[in-house]
Amino acid sequence: MEVVQSHRKSSSNNVIVSILPLYRSAPPLEVRLEDFEFFAIDRLRVLKGISDGLCRGKKPEEMEKLVLDLWKANMRHPQAVEEVNKDIISHFVLRLVYCRTEELRKWFLSMETTLFRHRFRRGSSEAQRALMSEFKLPYKAVSNAEFESLKDKLGQVARSMGQTLAAADAIFYKVPFEEVPDLVAGRRVFIHKGHAYVAINQVVSLVVTQFRSYLSKALILTNRKWTSTIREQEKDRLTPIVEALCTSYLGPDYSQQQEFGEISIKDIDQVAKTSFPLCMRHLFEKVKEDHHLKHGGRMQLGLFLKGVGLKLDDALAFWKAEFAPKVSAERFDKEYAYNIRHNYGREGKRTDYTPYSCQKIISVTPGIGDHHGCPYRHFSEENLRAALVRMGVSSRAVEDVMDKVHNRHYQLACTLTFEAVHGSSCDAGINHPNQYFIDSQRVLQSKNGSVA
Amino acid sequence: MTKEQADNGRDDMVIDGPGQANAVPDEFNANYLRIYYGKLFPHADMFKWMSYGNDGKHPGCDKSYFGRREFSFTLENDIYIRFQSFNSVTELENSIKEKCPFKIDIGPVYSVDPAKRHAYAQSGDNVFTPVERELVFDIDISDYDDVRYCCTGADVCLECWPLMTIAIKVIDTSLRDDFGFNHILWVYSGRRGVHCWVCDGKARRLTNEQRAAIADYFYVYKGNENSHKKISLPGLVLYPFLARSYTEVLKGFFEAKLLPNQNLLASEERYEKILEMIPDASVASELRRRWQENKRASMSKDDINIVRWEQLKSILQSGKQKMQGLRRCVEEIVFSYTYPRLDMEVSKHMNHLLKAPFCVHPKTGRVCVPIDPNNCDEFDPTTVPTLSQLLEELNRGGPRQDAENEWDRTSLGESVTFFRTSFLQPLLKSCKEEIENSYNAKLQQSKNALSW
Repeated sequence: MEVVQSHRKSSSNNVIVSILPLYRSAPPLEVRLEDFEFFAIDRLRVLKGISDGLCRGKKPEEMEKLVLDLWKANMRHPQAVEEVNKDIISHFVLRLVYCRTEELRKWFLSMETTLFRHRFRRGSSEAQRALMSEFKLPYKAVSNAEFESLKDKLGQVARSMGQTLAAADAIFYKVPFEEVPDLVAGRRVFIHKGHAYVAINQVVSLVVTQFRSYLSKALILTNRKWTSTIREQEKDRLTPIVEALCTSYLGPDYSQQQEFGEISIKDIDQVAKTSFPLCMRHLFEKVKEDHHLKHGGRMQLGLFLKGVGLKLDDALAFWKAEFAPKVSAERFDKEYAYNIRHNYGREGKRTDYTPYSCQKIISVTPGIGDHHGCPYRHFSEENLRAALVRMGVSSRAVEDVMDKVHNRHYQLACTLTFEAVHGSSCDAGINHPNQYFIDSQRVLQSKNGSVA
Repeated sequence: MTKEQADNGRDDMVIDGPGQANAVPDEFNANYLRIYYGKLFPHADMFKWMSYGNDGKHPGCDKSYFGRREFSFTLENDIYIRFQSFNSVTELENSIKEKCPFKIDIGPVYSVDPAKRHAYAQSGDNVFTPVERELVFDIDISDYDDVRYCCTGADVCLECWPLMTIAIKVIDTSLRDDFGFNHILWVYSGRRGVHCWVCDGKARRLTNEQRAAIADYFYVYKGNENSHKKISLPGLVLYPFLARSYTEVLKGFFEAKLLPNQNLLASEERYEKILEMIPDASVASELRRRWQENKRASMSKDDINIVRWEQLKSILQSGKQKMQGLRRCVEEIVFSYTYPRLDMEVSKHMNHLLKAPFCVHPKTGRVCVPIDPNNCDEFDPTTVPTLSQLLEELNRGGPRQDAENEWDRTSLGESVTFFRTSFLQPLLKSCKEEIENSYNAKLQQSKNALSW
């Protein structure tokens, strides 16, 4: 792809016009410098919108509508060729922006894959078949004979998902189960002796897996090229644009201490009552009650406290004191201290770990004896209501919160809780437990004129 | 040389009764362990296993393979050393005999010898990263504490051990029939659970994502003290794997064994736990009422648990029940009590270290022996050979000419033989075939490339 400074419009007609590009290679287009940035920003709006939607726990049908609306609003163009060009160019620009760290790559990969998935699903079956063959998926359709012998089991799988096996669905692909991990994980395909029998309408999973794997590798290559040649070559032209694009769209990660400076041990009990979100309150209460927390809980709460401003020495003292009834000081130093120091970047790789965002916490599944994860997602209705009441949420507000929970909008539920507890609105919505804490302290400070 | 060994020569062929010179106090200590590693631990078999056929005899062998495997040792003073690697069976054996580890863990096979890891980068081309690792599972009976009343925590008895047995049956059948795996080793963990090692080449090369998919396929029990409903089986019928597990293993075990042995419906405290799982409050109250009335009067000679269970089933499964959630309620109850509870994190990551078979458990002195999945009903954890027992048996045997196969004259013999014939030999045969085939394919490829 060649970037030119002049106002010459892009005029190449050699672009393969497929409705859904695969971004296999940078096309031989000429792009104006301004378009470089504008196209990327438009696409970034789409990706950010997708990210928001996922955080809020939207269901697949809702996501599909959201994706298509976002695309229409930001990327549409009356001329198909122009739309495809913008699509491809914006994708490749964003690759430069998001190839540079592991976390950026992960985010970009996730959003682009979601985008691809929904656009693919909406495509015609011919377009889908064409894309499948482009991916060279060498999976044969199941023969009639084999289908007959497996019909009962295939029907059983369909009914277990609340569907039926219509005649139109009688085309199945036989693929090694490793190729369709999502379908296997959700028990949405029949598997036998290592083969998965995938219905035509599940083919999306197959294709998306290929897309994802290809893009993942491409990002690593892009990063290499960026660091070795492009960044330096383009330092007066593209590089500043690329670097600006990235930081303007990711939220703060709360790993650096912000406005309230330090919190010490004697403050924790008090701020826990007033400013911790439910997930952290629960962990905090449990550690006080049980004098222990399993690993998942220690990580989630420990990193949160770090983000809140608890210094390493205070953190060590806190955990040691809480565990004291069950764990001797000596054993604590041997078994737990290392991990705490690790979290603060004082051991091992010396990475300074960042506190978990809501997205991460919601995605975790607590097991037996665990108390971490998102309570709005995992608590039974009874326990959740009781917890909300203990936080001081009025019974009417509890109903509103539960309504959000039933619709699986966990972050909105937490936002409503915040609003009910603090008596003030939170327009941005809760995306991060440390954000909840900071906003809470802000509200309390403005009310009392001091940190509560 | 210990006192026992010194006595050996004198007591020759005499079979001693208890309390005689050959008796070995029931303990676990480094001296016993040293003898164990010296005479009984099957170093050569472990080496052969871990080499997966790469013994250098075939030109297609990868001679670096064994040397890239990580082992970790936990030494006597809780000192833990990771990234141990060995280039031959002699190095492995000598290191074990010299260091006398209280526990040996097996990790993945890395891209390079772990001893050289510092020379490699974290990302990019020349990376130190796991490349192969068995698919493993860890089931621990302490995760079932809420459904067994005979023991808690680390204790195990013959009343509750069958929970492990049915877990083995369910998972083993699925690994073979659904996933097509063949080389599966089940091992007693030495105290309260079982480990499973799936060693097929396909399994060893699974990515973390694919492992997570398999773990999720098995994930049904979403237990956590904060949620009531731990099993949810929506859909009109059960998915084939679940249906098969239910009819072939879980239903029979629950009704005939667990229910009466653990008195799950005999007292109010216990039957309330089951009533809680019924989503329809009126059905639950009806049963509660009946059972409270019948507290003292026994209607028949039959076990009260079985009588009440029949009552519960007949209400829930009667045609009158229209409510969605009740359709599978009976199965959900059975699943929540009996379905395998896996430690998901163990299975999902390639770099998770797992205890090696044939280790001795420091707290019980028992050897981690293999379990035959086809005969797992017969397995009795209370009669697994202990370290002191084995040493006693060695003493009794008197002096022998050859130092090899000492295990043959002890209770360990059976286990080693089983390990060899049922697991190791078929595995190695299959590995050899794989190495040969892949070598021939490469030869063919290069021939094709040349002949143009």
